[in-house]
Amino acid sequence: MSPTRVVLAKPGLDGHDRGIKVVAMALRDAGAEVVYLGLRRTPEEIWRAAVEEDADVVGVSVLSGAHVALAEELLAERARAGVDIPLVIGGTVPAEDAEKLRAMGVEAVHRVGTSLPLVVDSVLALARERTA
Amino acid sequence: MSATDTTDAGIPVAPVYAEADVAAGLAERLGAPGAPPFTRGPYPTMYRGQLWTMRQFAGFGSPEDANARFTFLLERGQSALSVAFDLPTQLGYDSAHPAARADVGRVGVAIDTADDMVDLFDGIPLDQISVNFTINATAPIILAMYLVAAERQGAAPADLAGTLQNDILKEFLARKTFIYPPTPSLRLSCDVIEYAAGALPRFNPISITGYHAREAGCDAVQELALAMANAIAYGEALVARRLAFDSFAPRLSFHFATTMDLFEEVAKLRAARRLWYRIATERFGATEPASGRLRFFSGNSGTTLTAQQPLNNVVRSTIQCLGAVLGGAQSIHVMGYDEAYEIPSEEAVTLSLRTQQIIALESGVARTADPLAGSYFVEALTDELEARARRLLDELDAAGGAAAAIEAGLPQRWIAESAYRSERELASGDRPRVGVNVYASENDDAELGEMFAADPGVAERHAARTAERVAARDEDGCRAATEAVAAVARDGGNVMPPLIEAVGAGATLGELADVFRSAFGEFREPQLW
Repeated sequence: MSPTRVVLAKPGLDGHDRGIKVVAMALRDAGAEVVYLGLRRTPEEIWRAAVEEDADVVGVSVLSGAHVALAEELLAERARAGVDIPLVIGGTVPAEDAEKLRAMGVEAVHRVGTSLPLVVDSVLALARERTA
Repeated sequence: MSATDTTDAGIPVAPVYAEADVAAGLAERLGAPGAPPFTRGPYPTMYRGQLWTMRQFAGFGSPEDANARFTFLLERGQSALSVAFDLPTQLGYDSAHPAARADVGRVGVAIDTADDMVDLFDGIPLDQISVNFTINATAPIILAMYLVAAERQGAAPADLAGTLQNDILKEFLARKTFIYPPTPSLRLSCDVIEYAAGALPRFNPISITGYHAREAGCDAVQELALAMANAIAYGEALVARRLAFDSFAPRLSFHFATTMDLFEEVAKLRAARRLWYRIATERFGATEPASGRLRFFSGNSGTTLTAQQPLNNVVRSTIQCLGAVLGGAQSIHVMGYDEAYEIPSEEAVTLSLRTQQIIALESGVARTADPLAGSYFVEALTDELEARARRLLDELDAAGGAAAAIEAGLPQRWIAESAYRSERELASGDRPRVGVNVYASENDDAELGEMFAADPGVAERHAARTAERVAARDEDGCRAATEAVAAVARDGGNVMPPLIEAVGAGATLGELADVFRSAFGEFREPQLW
């Protein structure tokens, strides 16, 4: 079985990248292949990279509070591009916004305080579901 | 060795310390408070003479929204202001820019024009209230707008007190609000410092910051070394302009984190002052004592605060604020207990301010300068932190100094590896965190009171107002003033005087940031990951 492929990115203008780099390192240690696109990536850039990299999961991190607006843009672009790769969002997301994001179509939401092993397991599980 | 036998930075700690654990020559390493090498603090009487400045970092939404929060804090006894700007303002986009839409007014206030700055400080006398600005890539533009706002109030530049963060080098390490490549970015920072050295005698034109790298993951020793390396880089760049070190060094200020390991943090802050004194005198040949007298602001640590059992954060913040006070801070921000969820509610910021006031007025710790001096443990730890930081500073020097080391990705690796290590220690339980990996409970969110609610309409309203103001300005005058900025950016000279003219003529932050984008290009971070 080929390793899980994950594309990670920071959308919007937020530059707090401690969390996403930690997740990248943990996913690599768990055997995944991770491509981190870096900061200030647009929805177009993120989904294009996801397709080019043959990603099983796309993960984004938002600590600016702009998660709902950015998720709207990401989901609209995913639909427009006809991509079916699951989207995971992590960051400072209040509980009610986490519900809202899931209802909008984000496959998994990891709020601040989620343990690192849980985040890794969730990403790997989404990848398995997709390839199963 | 178990985690409890070492400090947060991994320094081994003995069960007990005695006189023999402190190296000879302590009196020389300490000096008196207010005297070289300033280990014991920058001022002779410390808080007996003047309490630290209580400066809660605040700002969101429109200038009116932020002004209301400022007034709220001042009414509750806050002694100064600290402005949080939204990300579009930090990154040189007006509120109408397509890249800005999601972020307008979110992590701070949206500022497009000098008129916005006037509105931000409406009713707040700028010659009486000191103001801190957490701004870096667009710091020259924001300073220009502030000077215009002060002038319109009738405040004299000589009376303006406050601090502009303006430490762009650390933005390449953490938080990442850079726009231009490192070299022109450093030039803009130095233009501000050079301008302020003549025009703004009470203003700190830079706050050299270890805090952000620390929050991004590095440890206390690395925080010290990185702050000092950046300070050296600014000092060298300014000296290269043929400025005398003593002409600008007294107005350099610093910014450190204060996190949970109380004694290590106090030792770090004491070591910072001694390190800077030695750098100022040995490297730069400072002759004015004030050039080697380190003054700092401390923001407590957001990354130590937890989403789980959020009221526990009140206790954490109290310990951190105490650490900053015992370490001799000149101004302090205490985090809100709800910061893992949102920007702080009114209830949370009030409690942060009350935390400072209780420590200042009830605990008695403000009575005497540097109360931990002479503690065998604290002195041994201060010496050890200084020695370890000097070794790391040597590594950064060997890598060519701060800018070259950042370009090579050296400190970025320190930060990421430390962040990953601490996260693994949290997951394994080696690093205890109450409510997270010990004494955890269900349904943590129920402890939170009312949370801050962002206003989704702010982007549209603010963009519309800027459009009205742009339509009302004298277009020819504004264009000429903006072109004067472009000429100085291109041909050399200090950007501050033409920037002040341009913002006064109505040029927007986004327009002026675009002038610099055209002149300098935009920086794209190399992917080390």
